[in-house]
Amino acid sequence: MSAVDLARSLLDSVAEFGGHAAGDDVAHLEVHGNEVVGAHLVPGLQIETQEIEDGIEAHIVVERGTRLLKPVHMCFGLLPQTGMQHIVMDVEIREEASASVLAHCTFPNAVDVTHAMDAEIRVEPGAEYRYFERHVHGPDGGVLVVPKAKVHLGEGARFRTEFELLKGRVGAMDIDYEVTCEAHAVLEMIARLIGRGADSIVIHETGHLVGEYARAVLQSHMALRDTARAEVFNTITAAAAYARGHVDCKEIVQEQAVARAVPIVEVRHPKAHVTHEAAIGSVDSRQLQTIMSRGLTEDDAVELIIEGLLS
Amino acid sequence: MGVLEVRDVSLTLGDKQILKDLSVDFWEGHIHAIIGPNGAGKSTLASVIMGLPGFTDIAGDVILDGRSLQDVPVDERARRGITLAWQEPARFEGLRVDRFIAAGARDRGTATVRNALEKVGLDPDKYMQRAVDKTLSGGERKRIELASILAMRPRIVLMDEPDSGIDVEALERIFETLREMKSGGVTVILITHSMAVLRQAEHAFLMCNGRLLDKGSVEKISGYFENRCIPCDHTNMPVAEEAAELGVALQDDEGAPA
Ligand SMILES: Nc1ncnc2c1ncn2[C@@H]1O[C@H](COP(=O)(O)OP(=O)(O)OP(=O)(O)O)[C@@H](O)[C@H]1O
Ligand SMILES: [Mg+2]
Repeated sequence: MSAVDLARSLLDSVAEFGGHAAGDDVAHLEVHGNEVVGAHLVPGLQIETQEIEDGIEAHIVVERGTRLLKPVHMCFGLLPQTGMQHIVMDVEIREEASASVLAHCTFPNAVDVTHAMDAEIRVEPGAEYRYFERHVHGPDGGVLVVPKAKVHLGEGARFRTEFELLKGRVGAMDIDYEVTCEAHAVLEMIARLIGRGADSIVIHETGHLVGEYARAVLQSHMALRDTARAEVFNTITAAAAYARGHVDCKEIVQEQAVARAVPIVEVRHPKAHVTHEAAIGSVDSRQLQTIMSRGLTEDDAVELIIEGLLS
Repeated sequence: MGVLEVRDVSLTLGDKQILKDLSVDFWEGHIHAIIGPNGAGKSTLASVIMGLPGFTDIAGDVILDGRSLQDVPVDERARRGITLAWQEPARFEGLRVDRFIAAGARDRGTATVRNALEKVGLDPDKYMQRAVDKTLSGGERKRIELASILAMRPRIVLMDEPDSGIDVEALERIFETLREMKSGGVTVILITHSMAVLRQAEHAFLMCNGRLLDKGSVEKISGYFENRCIPCDHTNMPVAEEAAELGVALQDDEGAPA
């Protein structure tokens, strides 16, 4: 297939989620395997890519003071049933810049595919970066997803990352994000997943609040059924005055699924404050009865409750 | 014969008998009120009528349209037209107000949702996109519960303390909505401690300690409010403070017309 055809096929596989916006003012990057099959830049955004054996290296810079009004669309994926895609990403959001990325990772035909991401992200003082990653997998779950990110937020920087896999099977997933927050920095890490079949999900999310008034919220919401398993390790450390953190882990477990949540909260300053809440188990019976008292069947009520939790 | 009959119902939870040989008839298209002190068993009766899990193991029967509801689960009772507005409605993380209201609605369109919210005095533009979660105030949540019920267009609605947490202005709207429901043939059962709510009803029932003590016109039953007197002689009497909260006093003797 030509690059254009590959790009089109990748985007077709995510079309039901709105695909990618078009237009001269919308930056985008499409990567199939280790080949960049489409790219468009806008002023203030630099993307340099290099093919490596099993993937690409990308160096992404949003220049100082640049405010990208429209999200950068990225699509990573692999159409064949087997293979490996390794994305090495180095992202710099320079001082006072702001950018958001809408990334789709698509493996619609996977039988034995590995998708690894190693990211280093620096959000400089006063800058803002929002990263939304949606995975689209096929119905058989033959994907191993291993995204790792090390993130540094400078003073007053803001970073929000959302990871979503609601369609298709997870396969096996091992997410590991670690973020350091300087003074007044704000971190939000959100993961929403549905696990089915024999899916296996491991999430490590860590936020270090090292500067005064730094804030972090780590949220993982999941619904698991069949024999899916999930382990969530959420860690917040707070080592400065007025640092605030919150861990929120909600998992609905049905059938033979198993969920484990291990929140770790470490406070090393008397004026810091970190909380965590975890609710793991079956659907709340009062919620269920409320919706059933409007005439929905139990299955439909559960679905509605899960839809809310994962929205 | 009423559209809904509670016939000789007794219920024991743990080792406590909560409902004691209770019989009540509800008339189609009429507004009924059930009053009684805290712990009288009003919410329990509502749960029994709705068939909520944990409240189905009763002696006696609940009969809808002449047919027993025994072994009929909650959702099927709801599909047959009964619903319940909860005293303390559940909160749902992330579930949007419009989705919640539409879920049980007879007609799931946006117009229905907007209309239902307007009827309970909530601006649809402000509330439709919000979540039915803990960020809603108590009164807002209660009003959304009512909106969801209006959209459902039930035949029989149990409203457990519909006025609690509701401000005066919103309450007026809700009363108007009640009258509209009634004129549409809906059977309304209000559970309340409030004189204002009781006045909306056409028939009233007085419960205490799991029993029906008296029934009749609102004027008659409201006398118990006004005279600050409940003619109940049970020994395991609710504490005086609870009664005081209700604006009623408990009395052992004298002319219990039960
Ligand atoms: N699962 C239970 N096990 C034991 N006792 C219960 C249970 N549920 C309710 N009760 C008791 O049953 C009695 C009736 O409770 P219910 O909630 O029906 O009262 P109510 O009339 O609605 O009171 P209120 O005006 O306070 O809402 C109370 O004494 C309550 O403590
Ligand atoms: Mg009650």
